[in-house]
Amino acid sequence: MASNPRIKLPDIAKIGDVIEVKTLITHVMETGNRKDKDGNPIGRNIINTMTAKFGHEEVFRADLGPGISANPYISFQMRVLGPGVFEFAWIDDDGVKLVETAALNVVA
Amino acid sequence: MLKNFAKPGPKIDVIDRRCFVRSAASIAGLIAGFFSGYGPGVGIPSALAQSSDAMPFERTPHFKDAYAQLLAGATPTEGKIILELPEVAENGNLVPITIAIDSPMTPVEHVKAIHILASGNPVARVATFQLTPLNGIARIQSRMRLARSQDVVVVAQLSSGEMTVATMTVKVALGGCQT
Repeated sequence: MASNPRIKLPDIAKIGDVIEVKTLITHVMETGNRKDKDGNPIGRNIINTMTAKFGHEEVFRADLGPGISANPYISFQMRVLGPGVFEFAWIDDDGVKLVETAALNVVA
Repeated sequence: MLKNFAKPGPKIDVIDRRCFVRSAASIAGLIAGFFSGYGPGVGIPSALAQSSDAMPFERTPHFKDAYAQLLAGATPTEGKIILELPEVAENGNLVPITIAIDSPMTPVEHVKAIHILASGNPVARVATFQLTPLNGIARIQSRMRLARSQDVVVVAQLSSGEMTVATMTVKVALGGCQT
């Protein structure tokens, strides 16, 4: 179960700049290859998809496998064309989707 | 607690021990490598230290399949990806990775996708990142798991259809076992 999504954007961005967008979410990222203490396999449960939209347009997408560490951290770059709102979504193997938004403040 | 401990644990013990042995071996290798830096006269035969350096890490059949599938017959270029990984990862459960590709990121010429493959993990495909010209710069960061010392291979797909690769060997002291 994913929880506590965190987004880091610059406080203020200039139009034309390229900014770094940092995302972090709490999730166990269970690989499916481990066994519990009684020897029973622990089922896989990972965040398999992370998407980022800006102004309803998808700008970045990550398809993740079990080789990504627990509490997946992903950062990417973004060209600033104007103010707007980022919408991030994380989907895990159970189909649970967690959405977080973050506003980008822009000066001309 | 003690009772639990005394119970004959089935397979997991075997796997853990294997993991431990592998970790111990790689730590020994790292220590040998460390001392070899001081040159001859330290007491560790330099041939031993070198042989562990020169030994290529075995790539899983699973990795070879995934790699071939990604390239789909294309011959990849090299030298376009800047791949940042630690040479020695203390903890295989948390290995920071940074990938950057020099690209103008315009609608005409941009990086479409970046794939991370791990040649020694049970699941070779670690992640795929799909980029758009709106990203401005093709640079992503994440944190990955490495089950053992191995080559990390990054494949990038450019808008021209060109495939480009970069490979880096990471020695893992404590494996992210069973990733």
